[in-house]
Amino acid sequence: MNRELPSTKVTKRYSPLGQLILARLREFYREPEAIFWVYGFPLLMVVALGIAFRNKPVEQMVVDVQQDAAAETQVRFVWEALSKDETFKVQINDPALCQRRLRTGKTALIVVPPSASGGAYAYIFDPTREEGRLAQSKVDDALQRAAGRVDPLPVRTQAVQEPGGRYIDFLVPGLLGMSLMGGGLWGVGFVIVDMRIRKMLKRFLATPMRKSDFLLGILFSRLLFMVPEIFVLLGFAWLAFGVVVQGSLLALVILILLGAATFAGIGLLVASRAKTLEAVSGLMNLVMLPMWVLSGIFFSSERFPVAMQPFIQALPLTPLNDALRAVMLEGTSLPQLWPQMAILAGWATGSFVFALRWFRWN
Amino acid sequence: MTAAIRCTDLVKRYEGRPPVEAVRGLNLTVECGECFGLLGPNGAGKTTTIEILEGLSEPTAGDVEVLGMRWGRDDAAIKERIGISLQETRLSEKLQVDETLTLFRSFYRRGLEPDEVIRRVSLEEKATARVGKLSGGQRQRLAVACALVGDPDLLLLDEPTTGLDPQSRRQLWDLIRDLRAQGRTVLLTTHYMDEAERLCDRVAVVDHGKVIAQGTPRRLIAELGSEHVVEFTLEDPQRMAPLELADLPAVRSVRQDVDHFCLSVTELHVALPALLERLRQTGHRLAGLTTRHASLEDVFVTLTGRHLRDGEAQP
Repeated sequence: MNRELPSTKVTKRYSPLGQLILARLREFYREPEAIFWVYGFPLLMVVALGIAFRNKPVEQMVVDVQQDAAAETQVRFVWEALSKDETFKVQINDPALCQRRLRTGKTALIVVPPSASGGAYAYIFDPTREEGRLAQSKVDDALQRAAGRVDPLPVRTQAVQEPGGRYIDFLVPGLLGMSLMGGGLWGVGFVIVDMRIRKMLKRFLATPMRKSDFLLGILFSRLLFMVPEIFVLLGFAWLAFGVVVQGSLLALVILILLGAATFAGIGLLVASRAKTLEAVSGLMNLVMLPMWVLSGIFFSSERFPVAMQPFIQALPLTPLNDALRAVMLEGTSLPQLWPQMAILAGWATGSFVFALRWFRWN
Repeated sequence: MTAAIRCTDLVKRYEGRPPVEAVRGLNLTVECGECFGLLGPNGAGKTTTIEILEGLSEPTAGDVEVLGMRWGRDDAAIKERIGISLQETRLSEKLQVDETLTLFRSFYRRGLEPDEVIRRVSLEEKATARVGKLSGGQRQRLAVACALVGDPDLLLLDEPTTGLDPQSRRQLWDLIRDLRAQGRTVLLTTHYMDEAERLCDRVAVVDHGKVIAQGTPRRLIAELGSEHVVEFTLEDPQRMAPLELADLPAVRSVRQDVDHFCLSVTELHVALPALLERLRQTGHRLAGLTTRHASLEDVFVTLTGRHLRDGEAQP
């Protein structure tokens, strides 16, 4: 018998919860691929979509005027009327070239001035192409006004340019919600099923480890991974696109925590019984797909029919996205968002309760 | 002194079509401080039994007592005092050896320092290596280290040496002998009879979910009544009936396997000349002949008519 006495003295140094979190963090940052998928992927998404939907300078319309020696005056009238307007890029070409350019899509519209004064101006365009129809209407307006038409109704137009109203501003909160969903489900669900397959859950079960420590460890480490994820996404959106948070940062942080906890709970539920990685991947895609489409990541969920709205609003990502947008874009305060928060809290509580009831350790 | 493990009429039935009875009325007593081996072919019910003892699986019927306590009532207390290794646990490959042990250490109220455990299992040089970089033998020693870190009174090791090379097996045997020398009780399962003979104070031979023999390896072999085994092959085995040998002096039993004969013999010096004489008279020519001491393998074969290794897994 040579049992060590010192072993009994060092009880306080080890915190099981701390060690479980530390182990998860180490496993995570020692896996470079995982870091890319968690941090790099949402960023690439912002960059790609930001570029695709950036605010382009108003595009010029290409309009060809058909050359006609017999209609010199009319040709010059069209040329002068359209050249004044920066919307148009006007070229005078002979009939054959005009036709070829229209066929190949190099011009949107051909204007054929009449040979005799008082004759009709002809517009040749492809009505199935939007730019053709648009050019026809714009060119017609310009020519009619140049010829002396006076519009009876005064109008004023305003182009939206400032931060807060652009597509990228709409997109960033949606991507934030999406990455909270993906991160929660994969970060919790996948990890647990992997540990079940490796029989680590069973091995842990044979130690005095408290089950609550284990589950809290998974949850807290998930919340920790999320911090850089959020910083990177919001920081990049701010630096590259000038996307700012209109409302309070604290409100945003609370919503993010609530969202992360909700999806961690759903991840736990999805993983509570799955025995293979294939099974859990399928289940997670099944859970995520409707929310990807319906919950307003890339476009507003209000585009779907009214009959579907109660279902869409009940999905956890919809209220999360709505609340994130309200805080980021409109500066709404949290108390006004109580219905969204209540739905999220309901999902969070429900999923944790059922997950713990169904959870299988071996 | 209470026994470290006592189980009575243990039954485990897995529901299904058809239901499978993995353990059918198993009785077992392991005394404190001994190294006890559950020996049997794959599918005999060894793993099911050990997982019931570990509290990972619930018995269908029967009574289990571990260190004088019972599962379902003293779970936390039992878990503090046992250390286990499962048949296949894949510890996190990204964690280091010392980190893995610190994690396991944190679960126990009292226990050994991770460094101390690393020294015990001779993994000092690998203390800061990732688990993914360890060899099979080193992984098994780490698995035993995880069992040891809570300073347990009872270790339950499920096939600790399966799949290891001879040198790694020897290292593990030394480690298990050390554990026993420290006064810990060890229960291990194995289907290697040489391992059970060398390592275990007592063994229980398990087959079809029941203990069919129990005792010290030496006694079990002695109970065969024949200490020696003579194995020989003939140049033309078809022409010889086994009956012709059973009447030889000092021969207790005769068995004919596919291509060789196997005699259980009490006194080698009497049986061997008689055998050779008989073969000469009947005109047979030996192709090969060996003698050896009887082993636990022979005990198993005598009791079941099957070899340990070809005992196929039951569904």
